[in-house]
Amino acid sequence: MAPEVLEAMLPYFSEYYGNPSSMHFFGGQVEKKINEARERVADFLGADPSEIVFTSCGTESDNAAILGTLDSYPEKRHFITTRVEHPAVGNVSTYLGRKGYRVSELSVDREGRLDLDELKETVTDGTVLVSIMYANNETGVIFPIEEISAILKEKGVPFHTDAVQAAGKIPLNMKKSTIDMLSISGHKIHAPKGIGVLYIRKGAKFSPFMIGGHQEKGRRGGTENVPYIIGLGKACELAKSHLNEENTRIRALKDYLEAKLIEKIPNTLVNGDRVNRLPNTVSVSFEYVEGESILLLLSDLGICASSGSACTSGSLEPSHVLRAMGVPFTAAHGSIRFSLSIYNTKQEMDYIIEHVPPIIQRLRDISPFWKDFLKSQGKA
Amino acid sequence: MWDYTEKVKDHFLNPRNVGEIEEPDGVGEVGSLACGDALRLTFKLDESKRIKEAKFKTFGCASAIASSSALTEIIKGKTLEEAQKVSNRDIADYLGGLPEEKMHCSVMGREALDAAIANYRGQEVTKEDFEVVCKCFGVTDREIEKAIRENDLRTVEQVTYYTKAGGGCGGCHPKIEAIIERVRKEMEKQAPPAKPEKRKLTNIQKLKLIEETLGREIIPALKADGGDLDLIDVEGNKVMVALRGKCSFCPSSEVTLKQYVETKLREFVSDEIEVEEVRA
Repeated sequence: MAPEVLEAMLPYFSEYYGNPSSMHFFGGQVEKKINEARERVADFLGADPSEIVFTSCGTESDNAAILGTLDSYPEKRHFITTRVEHPAVGNVSTYLGRKGYRVSELSVDREGRLDLDELKETVTDGTVLVSIMYANNETGVIFPIEEISAILKEKGVPFHTDAVQAAGKIPLNMKKSTIDMLSISGHKIHAPKGIGVLYIRKGAKFSPFMIGGHQEKGRRGGTENVPYIIGLGKACELAKSHLNEENTRIRALKDYLEAKLIEKIPNTLVNGDRVNRLPNTVSVSFEYVEGESILLLLSDLGICASSGSACTSGSLEPSHVLRAMGVPFTAAHGSIRFSLSIYNTKQEMDYIIEHVPPIIQRLRDISPFWKDFLKSQGKA
Repeated sequence: MWDYTEKVKDHFLNPRNVGEIEEPDGVGEVGSLACGDALRLTFKLDESKRIKEAKFKTFGCASAIASSSALTEIIKGKTLEEAQKVSNRDIADYLGGLPEEKMHCSVMGREALDAAIANYRGQEVTKEDFEVVCKCFGVTDREIEKAIRENDLRTVEQVTYYTKAGGGCGGCHPKIEAIIERVRKEMEKQAPPAKPEKRKLTNIQKLKLIEETLGREIIPALKADGGDLDLIDVEGNKVMVALRGKCSFCPSSEVTLKQYVETKLREFVSDEIEVEEVRA
């Protein structure tokens, strides 16, 4: 969390504890601050403040968008998404399948890219909603969201995108877009965990998912989480001002880290499209070693990364994203993701570049497959 | 983040016996790259047919590497008959326990050992002899049954934790359930009479119970391997014993004591028992 965000939040835990829904001046001054925060979020997304709904997290935003739209079109029973969504959408899709909806999950190619012709062929008159993520949370691959949105606009099908991973990393401007709904999450832009936003374009049909009071213009019942909303407003303001740095300095750090890892470690694969990719995400697979082992050795050195390997999550198969992409089985279990932010430095990249190669070598020395591979290559 | 014991971390960060023995007496290979973990175990015997050297190479997570390392430490110095008695639970216990979701790592160790011993004896077991129940991870009915018996498993989820079976598409869950039901019925029929409840013992009762347990559970097993044991003294929960016969000069006597005598005494007498070897 950004220190400026915490500072902005603190008074709302103590001095300003009024309920923004109250009629008295004490609640009224809090309501004013919430409106300011709403304006900041709207400004960040290029939206109108009336189109911003505060939620408790990205998952709630996704659930509300999907279930709230389905509820508005009860006669339409076909839902489209992709095979590489975050569980906040992917598991809703599974749920809808169980509830009797026809569900289509679009495939991706080896680079993690969608085939837009497949999308065009899949949409029917009965399609109630299409939900496709802006950028993938594991690989950082960016989908051509505006192109997708234009296709769907032409066909008259509502479109939602989970932009949790993309927000703050690439510019989002709803005024120039035709997206109907968009989800973001606070902690991905240095606001606290436990706050999210659902953007709902003016005129989009939507029934509330969280049913309750008149808050958020009746689109999301429940007392406002005041300090977190204030924090998110501040975080959006900061994210907007950092966007340039994300796309220049951080992109350069990412390219540097990725290039050096490939250069220094043989049999390293980049997972996904290297061009259409978030400026902060490095996703690589090291063949013949397993991700959890890499993470624990990295963690021992104070390097925090994540993995799409099976063992880290308690599941037994590698991540659904890597499987959907058809990452070769020699590499699927050895994927590692480094997520950078404006708080990272070149020195830190050099530290990673210095320490990762010996870790991979050490695990390959223990792995029965590495020597077999070298032998097959005539190198041992 | 997994909650690994210090012992697991130690065996992961400083694995013992990594490598491959040139011209080994036995080789066991289990798992695959596609499954996410694999273990190649090699061993060599000495003149008295005890495992002189055991080495491993493992592809997998921290607990897979630690389990392999523990396995090689446990079997060194054992005869093949003794080694064959090593269960996946012994491997997990050696490491001070594994998270339940990771128990399949200890099972992989035991399977590699079985395969290596079968390889030494020239009796390769192929998967074709059994029905592959879980197609995602290639787990046979025999492997599932063995895990249920050795670990007292009751649910499909547990079978997945211990064997990986059912951890992929989930299509085999009904089959696994049927195996659990059949095996548990068989186990209940064969169940030994219930062990006596552990209760608070007087010193005299404790001494008697220790003597009984040694005579019934421990000494016969040692004698089977040409060894013997005398009870020298008992001080509180400290049980002092002297090894006789083959055991007294066996390099693995420390392991024999800790792993076997102590486990049995703790099981039948008191959880607090500590065994010490004395020369007398």
